[in-house]
Amino acid sequence: MAIGSKSEIRYLTPPTVEVKKKKYCRFKKAGIKYIDYKDAEFLKKFLNEQGKILPRRLTGTSLKFQKKVAQAVKRARHLALLPYVTDLMK
Amino acid sequence: MLNHYETVFIATPVLSDVQIKEAVKKYRDFITDNGGEIVHEEDWGLKKLAYPIQKKTTGFYYLIEFMAAPELIAKLELQYRRDERIIRFLTFALDKHAAAYAQKRRANKSKAKEA
Repeated sequence: MAIGSKSEIRYLTPPTVEVKKKKYCRFKKAGIKYIDYKDAEFLKKFLNEQGKILPRRLTGTSLKFQKKVAQAVKRARHLALLPYVTDLMK
Repeated sequence: MLNHYETVFIATPVLSDVQIKEAVKKYRDFITDNGGEIVHEEDWGLKKLAYPIQKKTTGFYYLIEFMAAPELIAKLELQYRRDERIIRFLTFALDKHAAAYAQKRRANKSKAKEA
């Protein structure tokens, strides 16, 4: 009854037992060496809704490839394949 | 010394088909006449721009992949800048990974054409 439920250990903040999924660099994993600026659909994976480049912290991309992604996105923007600023891109 | 380059330009949508072909021919001839060698071409056609350029919302995209000496690039870009038909351009030097990718892309394109 009521006593039974009280005997359980209760925490103020429930202990987090989340299993963190390790982030990885998709380019390293898939062995992609060149990021194409012409492929706007692919580059959209690295942008948020406003068309900003997502940080490495979120995507898990390695530094080497983050630089290349950034460069490719900027080239695509120059060619009007991607917008510089927008709302609700996807 | 020849390098591998790729150039994309956007022509204004006000041009007629004939005028577009003329513009494309001009740049193709310009490259070949100045000691370049065209490897591949792609016509992307009329595409919607992600943002307006010179108050235009669409443009004709054209891609030329070529081998040339580095001196050609400055001349080519000067031509682009002087040409009112061209609203945007990008020239890109391909490294070995990019060249491999371009080759794969070409192979995919030709396969898609056959099917």
